[in-house]
This record gives sequence, C-alpha cells and structure tokens, in this order.
Amino acid sequence: MKLKNLLRQEHTRRQALAEGYVVPDSSRCVQCGICSYYCPINIDVRRHAWEGVPVKDSHCLTCGECVARCPRGVLQFERTHLFSPQRIAAIGA
Amino acid sequence: MVRYVIIGSGVAGISAIEAIRSRDYSGDITLISDDPFGYYSRPGLAYYLTGELGEQHLYPLPQQRLPELRVRILQARVAHIQPGPHCLELDNGIRLPYDRLMIATGASAARADTPGADLAGVVKLDNLEDARYIIKLARKSRSAVVVGGGITALELVEGLRARKIRTHYFLRGERYWSNVLDETESRIVEHRLKEEGVQIYYHTELGEILGRNGRVAAVRTKAGRLVSCDMVAIAIGIRPRTALAKEAGLQVERGIIVTEHMQSSEADIYAAGDVAQVYDPLTGKHVLDSLWGPAREQGYVAGQNMAGQASTYLKPIAFNVTRLANLTTTIIGTVGRGDDEDLFGIARGDSEVWRQLPDAIAAQADFEVNRLRLVMANNTIIGAIIMGDQTLSRPLQQLVAKKVDISTVRERWLKPDAPLAELVTDFYLQWRQSDAARQP
Repeated sequence: MKLKNLLRQEHTRRQALAEGYVVPDSSRCVQCGICSYYCPINIDVRRHAWEGVPVKDSHCLTCGECVARCPRGVLQFERTHLFSPQRIAAIGA
Repeated sequence: MVRYVIIGSGVAGISAIEAIRSRDYSGDITLISDDPFGYYSRPGLAYYLTGELGEQHLYPLPQQRLPELRVRILQARVAHIQPGPHCLELDNGIRLPYDRLMIATGASAARADTPGADLAGVVKLDNLEDARYIIKLARKSRSAVVVGGGITALELVEGLRARKIRTHYFLRGERYWSNVLDETESRIVEHRLKEEGVQIYYHTELGEILGRNGRVAAVRTKAGRLVSCDMVAIAIGIRPRTALAKEAGLQVERGIIVTEHMQSSEADIYAAGDVAQVYDPLTGKHVLDSLWGPAREQGYVAGQNMAGQASTYLKPIAFNVTRLANLTTTIIGTVGRGDDEDLFGIARGDSEVWRQLPDAIAAQADFEVNRLRLVMANNTIIGAIIMGDQTLSRPLQQLVAKKVDISTVRERWLKPDAPLAELVTDFYLQWRQSDAARQP
C-alpha cells in the first residue's frame, strides 16, 4: 500500500473516532445484551438503548464492536458535528 | 397511598413500573411473578442458545434498579383475581388487596397433542428454564427434530445447529413462515439452513414421538417415516395466558380485550403485552401482537393510566427486526396473506397486522442475499421486508409509518427490472428534504 493511502485510511479512522458516536434505535432493541457483553470497556450500551440515548460516554472507543454485533441493527454511528468546519466557523474558533 | 399490583415480570410489567414511578413516588408497588428468574430478555434466549451470550448477560437491569424503584417482589402464582373486592388470592393462601392491577402474564408455547409429547427430551422455548434444559440436553444429544414455523422454531434450529446437533426440521407446509414471507424469502432462509447442514422435510407432520425408558428415541411422521433423534423441539405457536382473567369475568377473546388506555373490561384492571388483545385503529379490530417493542410501549401506557395520568396507546404499524438464518430481517406494516399450516394462531415475534392485506401489489428487488420487498396500495407503501443489507430499513419504516404519497413514482417502481433499492433511496432523500423543509 502506498504511504498516501495508508495515511488517508488512518485519517478516516481518526475522523470516525473524533466525529462519530453510537446512537441506538430503541424500537428495534430487545435488550438481549450482546452490545454490553462485547463492549471492550464494559459500557452498558444496552441501558443506552433502553433509554434511547446516544453513547456519549467519554470512554467510548467508538470501536464499532457493539454496532457490528447487534443482531437487530439497533445501533449505528452518527456524526456528532462537534468538529465540523461549519460549527467551528460558527463559534469563531 | 395507592396500592399497585403487577402480575408478570416481563418487559410490559417492568415498563409499567417505570411509568408508575415517574409519576407516583409514594405508591406501593408489588410485582408478582412465577418465573424464578424474574426479568430477563426473552428474545435474548435465542442468542443464549447459540452460545453468543452467557446466561448472566440476559438480565437488562442493574441489580439495584428494582429496589431503587421501591418494588416489592413476590415469587408466587396468582390463584384468583376478585375484581369486586379488589383482591388477589395467591396459591400460598395469601390475600393481597390492590387499588390498580395490571395483568402482564404473557403467553406460553402451544402444546402439541402428539402421542409421546410428555417424554423427556421434548422441549419448547418459552423461558430461561426451557433454554437451560435445552442446553443441558444438547450436551449429550446427537440429533434433534424441530417442528413448527415462525421465528421461535428457527431459533431452536439455529441454537441446536450451533451446538453441533444434527437437526431435522419438519414443515407441515411447502415452505418456511408462509404467512409472512413470500416464496423467494422462504427459499433464501431454507437454502441458508441447508448450507448449515439442517435437513428440511416439507409436507411433514409429527405423528408420534417414540420413547425408550421414558426418553425420546425417535419420531414417526404422519406418513409413517421414522427419524431417530434424542430431542424433539416444538414451536407451533403461542397462547396468551388468559385463564386468570377469564375466571375473574374479564372480557377475553384470544387475549384480554383492552381499550386504547390498556384498560380491561373491569375499571381498575389493566393488561399489556402478549396477553392483551389491543385495538387497531387501522382495521377497527382487536389484534394480538406478540412483539417485545409493543409490549414495552403498552406496559408504559398502562402504568401511566394506573398512576392517574391519562395516556393513549396508539398502535403503531407492526414492526419487527429479527435474524432468520443469520440474515437480519426487518418486517414493517402489512406484508403477507393467508394461513401458515405450521402455526396455530400467532407465534412469538409475530403480529396479526402483517396478514391483513388489502388490495396491494408487491415490488421486489434482490441481489444474492440482500432482498427488498415492498407492498404497495394505491398511493402508499403499506409494508416492506428487508433482508440482509439494512440500509433502507429505517427510511422505509418512516415512509410506511407516515403514509408518504408515492403515486408519482409508483409506476416506475413496479416495472419488472426497476432498480428498486436505488429508486427508493432517491425518493426517500427527496422526500426527506421536502419534509424537512415543511417542518422547520
């Protein structure tokens, strides 16, 4: 792999880490617990899905394990827009 | 102080408790359940069977949650409900008065009336105890026969296969889950099962279960074929557990009839979940939904009403996501027609609404194991099945729920070779923009 591609891949990964978070769709969830079980740092993702709140835990690695393992497609990554250029421009940073 | 009593520790009961506590912190709440394991994820049992999850992971609530909500838990069976004096009688002789009662007793697996059905080694999948028993038996079994249609039967097949059991799957009809899936969808599931090594028998009914020393040894089909096995798993549908309600004189058809406030025919008695037969404003009938999501929703509405906050259950479009032969499948709205010979009444994870099909045309698109089927009425999409790639699942859920007018694109979508997935995506993106524009 060319160095340029490698860097681009790394950039995409870092971007996902920085700008994405896990958002549940409660209506699909049956509280089976696979998400919490496979979370490498023991975040109770299932509880988030019950309450319908995004995993904004500052420890979340956004590794995607819960998103990939959920048998019912409850979880997905969404952009936080926290560091979007528009937002940065808006706050004049 | 209001005395609330909830019968049943499933999701409807737990949801009701949360609703009651969100409004009434001082009321006295008693949860009565005959399930020794309390509240756990019943749909999760499928993944416990396949070995994806350990038993300890099936419990959704942190241990301190129910004490936090100040719930008294009684492990007992209710013998009688006396609506007049507002009193329950437990099987241990205790009498328990209530001001508001909720019945969330759920449903249990329909029993097979086959000779030999009481032999050791005949199993069903209703609760954690059943799942434990199956896992225990599977350790020393080599082959099993699974009987029935619907989601639970497939969960049993997949669970047994994951445990390296040679699995024979009997279908009474000519294909899998014929009242919800169309022929191609059934075949996709069957093909994948066969690839996993499952042997499927069509037009095959269980005639007799043969035992040796009180244990399952083989089955004889109605056509006389002998299949040797160590286990027989049966999932031919479920029956709402209505005996208590019937005896108490509540209005019961197949389930307990409830209003849109989840109230039964008795003023202070509510019902929710698998046991309740709820009003469907679309058809004007009372229907059974044996789905986790609606049970939670109904429980919450019942709880709010019990605590004095008027709340209405608006039955949403039927919706379920499940995994069929390792293929994530979303079923939305109305999708099928007719009866399934494998099921008596309703199965777990099933909604009767899926089968109330008015005049409609289906459009389909499939590529390998990704498949999309839309069911369209004149101007709207009334149902969809999405197998495999779930990208369109959320968009379609919205298009069906919001009854979005598709009359401008309908003809194009119905053309035989139309790239349906792409057309739906384009349409959805356009609609979302316009919809977003309309609702600031």
